Amino acid sequence: MNRQNLPNPAVTPILRLEKVSKKFEKSLDVAAKVANLFGAGIRQEIVHAVDEVSLDVYPGEVVGLVGESGCGKSTLGRMAVGLHGLNSGARFWKGEDLDKMDTKQKHATRLAIQMIFQDPYASLNPRLRVSDIVGEAPVVHRLVGRAQKKEYVESKLELVGLDPLMIDRFPHQFSGGQRARVGIARALAVNPEFLVCDEAVAALDVSIQAQVLNLFVSLRNRLNLTYLFISHDLAVVRHLSDRVVIMYLGRVLESAASDQIFSRANHPYTQALLASAPELTTKKKVFVGVRGEIPSPLNPPSGCHFHPRCIHAMERCKTERPPLLEVAPAHFSACHLNEDAASSRMSRLVQIAPANDLRKKARTGAAS
Amino acid sequence: MQQPVLTVENLETHFFSRAGVVKAVDRVSFSVQPGEVMGLVGESGSGKSITGYSIIGLVSEPGRIVGGSIKFKGEELRGLPESRIRSIRGNRIAMIFQDPMMTLNPVLRIDTQMIETIHAHQNVSAGRAREMARDALGRVGIPSPDERLLAYPHQFSGGMRQRVAIAIALLNKPDLIICDEPTTALDVTIQEQILCEMQTLCRETGTALIWITHDLSVVAGLADSICVMYAGKIVENGSISDVLDRPRHPYTVGLIGSIPSRNTRGQPLAQIPGSTPSLLNLGAGCAFRTRCERASGECEKDPVLTKRNGRSVRCFHPVAES
Repeated sequence: MNRQNLPNPAVTPILRLEKVSKKFEKSLDVAAKVANLFGAGIRQEIVHAVDEVSLDVYPGEVVGLVGESGCGKSTLGRMAVGLHGLNSGARFWKGEDLDKMDTKQKHATRLAIQMIFQDPYASLNPRLRVSDIVGEAPVVHRLVGRAQKKEYVESKLELVGLDPLMIDRFPHQFSGGQRARVGIARALAVNPEFLVCDEAVAALDVSIQAQVLNLFVSLRNRLNLTYLFISHDLAVVRHLSDRVVIMYLGRVLESAASDQIFSRANHPYTQALLASAPELTTKKKVFVGVRGEIPSPLNPPSGCHFHPRCIHAMERCKTERPPLLEVAPAHFSACHLNEDAASSRMSRLVQIAPANDLRKKARTGAAS
Repeated sequence: MQQPVLTVENLETHFFSRAGVVKAVDRVSFSVQPGEVMGLVGESGSGKSITGYSIIGLVSEPGRIVGGSIKFKGEELRGLPESRIRSIRGNRIAMIFQDPMMTLNPVLRIDTQMIETIHAHQNVSAGRAREMARDALGRVGIPSPDERLLAYPHQFSGGMRQRVAIAIALLNKPDLIICDEPTTALDVTIQEQILCEMQTLCRETGTALIWITHDLSVVAGLADSICVMYAGKIVENGSISDVLDRPRHPYTVGLIGSIPSRNTRGQPLAQIPGSTPSLLNLGAGCAFRTRCERASGECEKDPVLTKRNGRSVRCFHPVAES
């Protein structure tokens, strides 16, 4: 894989999300409305799943999108594919506004962006044979004639490492790993350029996960694909991605080249996340852990969302939302500590003493 | 040498299904010392959870323990009357499940459930039991335990629920806790917190742990020793650094190679071909031979677990010790 290719501003991103937001609203039911008439003051619940996120994905790149549950990474992925609309912001496919395209163009774009889902059980229709699961879309979109469908599906199955003889089987006749491959074959059937993989290997056993990860890498090289790889698993993301974007409660906290993130993470949350990820090479580790829980996205903390759990938090973090600043070439981070370039704190953050420093701090913090 | 807390010998748990006999646990032997953390690792269907359930007597029909012995502090648990098992289960041996909602009753408050657990095994006053419950909640890092005692399980987050489950397991100061994937459903930062609590609690109380998981990296950081299971059998066991740094069984080698790490970036992972065999009517011979690159004609016979230099491998052609 070619790495170190920092995004070149001269190249148009294959997909650009510009300050996109998505809110989910739970409207009040009758009982609540009646109660409100008597002055109960029940308010509508709004989740800001994605809050003004900008993301550029360049052709041929693998972007890893990392975050814990409820951070909006899946919602962002679905917005990229077009499964969710936007509340605000815009999305561009190769420089053209996706929401202003004419129908024909939109159809072509929809085919070019495909999604692979997490659950290899729930995402395949149990009543369809593989030939229909994989072959339906290309026939509908007239990529192949009905007569050539069988041949076409067989070639796609071969592409993902399945025996073409399995073409008449139903999903329940496959193991988990084979189902994941069927899901991939279905996405590839319409010859996409861009794949959004939402936790595509999370449900698989380690040995099967390795097979599917290898498949992703080889497909990328053979078909020149671009991936947005959504995962909570840092090891998987590090293995696959050229660039990593870290999300927390609907916002991007940090984004940089993969090497950069894993060797010199800037944001305190990223540092904590990296320190928490278990590794095979560390034996008999002393676990420390970040304090606090992940707040509910229904009622996120003010200012910087991470401040209640952050060991560097200051007064300012409680009120002001930190902007995403470029702290090193193509390395963005949203933390107030980066703003005073002259201050000593900045240099400490950027140069980083990630895990150890954090541990020591947490330990002394716990002791006091 | 100390007397082990638990000795399992040739444990066999079979499931008698209509399609045939499934040997979920097939002659599994290991022992756990006081204060030791043992990782029991395997992929889905390897029999690791059923081994845990067998120890605590929770295997239900059509499953049955058909052979072997389970000795807890020298006392044979197999064949004990149910009343005696009940006095040990939840008292001397506790279990923590992957889904804390399996442990917690959704319609009872936390205090009811905790006090019930104490009263089942200890003769103390209601006030004293409440104090003990509160202290246990405080110990696992739940803020304002007095108020939280009055909450229902649904009012807790996933991580907090798991803490409550751990607090309940710790109530009677057990000698052994069996943890069945307790952090698998949790986020990384929350997992780290739980691992941190478990580690300190066990060090303080000298409780032994059996940590059942599919995640080698968690076990690497936590455990003293490790048993790797494949298709119902232990294929390799030994100290954590021996097994993870110098694996000898081809399956362990493949499993470790399958995990993406710092050094594998950009390279293909060393994958194990094929998938786990069905345990139904598994024939004789090494179950891994169809996926193994070192397999030979000899592997048609059953390999035995051979012990050398404090570690055991079940293989005719183990990777040479370097």
